[in-house]
Amino acid sequence: MSYTFWIILTGCLVGLTCGIAGSLLVLRKMSMIADAISHTVLLGIVGAFFVTQSLNGIPMLIGAAVVGLLTAYLVELLSNSGVQSDASIGVVFTSLFALGVVLISFIGDQVHLDTKHALMGEIAFVPWDTLQINGESYGPVAVWMLGFSLLFNILLITLFYKQIKMSTFDPQFAALVGIPLTFIHYLLMTMVSFSTVASFNSVGAILVVAMLIVPGATAYLLSDRFLHVIILSGAVGVLSALLGYLCASFFNVSIAGSMATMTGVLFSLAFLFSPKHGIVFKKINSGYEAIKVK
Amino acid sequence: MNAITVQQLKVIYDKQPVLQDVSFQIPSGSLTGIVGPNGAGKSTLIKAMLHLIPRKSGDIHVFDKPYAQQKHLIGYVPQRSEVDWDFPTNALDVVLMGRYRQIGFFKRAKQEEINWAKSCLDKVGMLDYANRQISQLSGGQQQRVFLARALAQNASIYFMDEPFAGVDAQTEKAIIQLMKEWKEEGKTVLVVHHDLQTVKDYFDHVLLLNKTPIQYGETQKVFTLNNLERTYGGKISFLDKTPAILQGGE
Repeated sequence: MSYTFWIILTGCLVGLTCGIAGSLLVLRKMSMIADAISHTVLLGIVGAFFVTQSLNGIPMLIGAAVVGLLTAYLVELLSNSGVQSDASIGVVFTSLFALGVVLISFIGDQVHLDTKHALMGEIAFVPWDTLQINGESYGPVAVWMLGFSLLFNILLITLFYKQIKMSTFDPQFAALVGIPLTFIHYLLMTMVSFSTVASFNSVGAILVVAMLIVPGATAYLLSDRFLHVIILSGAVGVLSALLGYLCASFFNVSIAGSMATMTGVLFSLAFLFSPKHGIVFKKINSGYEAIKVK
Repeated sequence: MNAITVQQLKVIYDKQPVLQDVSFQIPSGSLTGIVGPNGAGKSTLIKAMLHLIPRKSGDIHVFDKPYAQQKHLIGYVPQRSEVDWDFPTNALDVVLMGRYRQIGFFKRAKQEEINWAKSCLDKVGMLDYANRQISQLSGGQQQRVFLARALAQNASIYFMDEPFAGVDAQTEKAIIQLMKEWKEEGKTVLVVHHDLQTVKDYFDHVLLLNKTPIQYGETQKVFTLNNLERTYGGKISFLDKTPAILQGGE
């Protein structure tokens, strides 16, 4: 498989995996928690490195899940104890991220993990970090981790579709009819943590937020059905990755940066031209209404 | 037989008690209005009874068994403003949420359940809107979707939180009709209610509440000027209308 193929595949998987998980956060009005988890997983990755002395896929996933859940838990804990909820997100994620940054400096030159890499990622390096079993190479680790996260997301959404939907729309009613709200909440947090850490090497902590939130917000403007928003969000993620790669190779600029920029471009288009929510059609419709009234 | 028994319920918010010493019993088959001034804790009371918010203390029994074992008997119509009506779903899907227990944890809704939900929509005059995105419904229509969802639950005890708030005449009629039917079927209904003028018309029992129950009993006996003054304290701005309220306008 060619070098380009792996980069494009990785980008598409990032878009799809994060788009699907992120759409749920957008629908639950919890976008900021994506920002938080995307940063704190750095601590999970560094922690996993200290335990295993390698940047292996599975310990990284576990470390990220642990810290992701810890983030969600601490945010809940603080906001339930009277700290404003946005402030508690701000406090938790910056502290845990800062701890991760401090710990990174202890790792030194042993592996390729530094702050810049953690923030921006480098998708161009992805194809070289391959999964090695008995000397055989089985493709990039990032692709395996993304594939796993994608399957994990799809499996959980399929299994708990009703529960996720009901607890998003009307949590109190959901609780009344016996849906375990806490369980569903932490399930989603695990999905976001996995998706984030799997995307981490490619796009880094800051740009992964774009891949999590913007496709979901775009899809929300374009659809009226819960399932369609999720699917469309994944599609927007993939499209952003493809267009972003084209753009990056044409102008010879950062691939991850272009992909994230493309999510913004697609969002802007939806914001302007969505048939139902776009401001252009709203203007036209309200003009039409005004004419009708006359 | 008592449908609901509340014992020594206490709810605290920001270290301030919002409800305390709440004990009362609601007879099965009654239609109770929960009435009191703003900030009296009416919505808080039903949410605490339904275990939707934390209680400092207090037990709730439903048909003499702890609430947690009897949740399946409860139907609920929350305040319309408590959910985001821009949520991407349609009216039928919202009503199907009322059939969640019957559909099962991992299963998809069968045709039978969909038909059931549709019949509930029909009952509140909303069948034509089944596939309508919920944000495109008027306030009254949204309220009727919530009513249909409660109806779909086929519960024994119904809790409604200000169902009449800001609805049109057609919806108001639908709510009254439903309450009547539920009562005829022997169901117990609790309604947080704001409009004192209609209390006598709608409810056979009344709970006067101001952070603690002032009185509970049959509307005829309890809904008196004296008790209303005790409930509303100095804030009875409606005093000039009181005679009309107490007579109840037919």
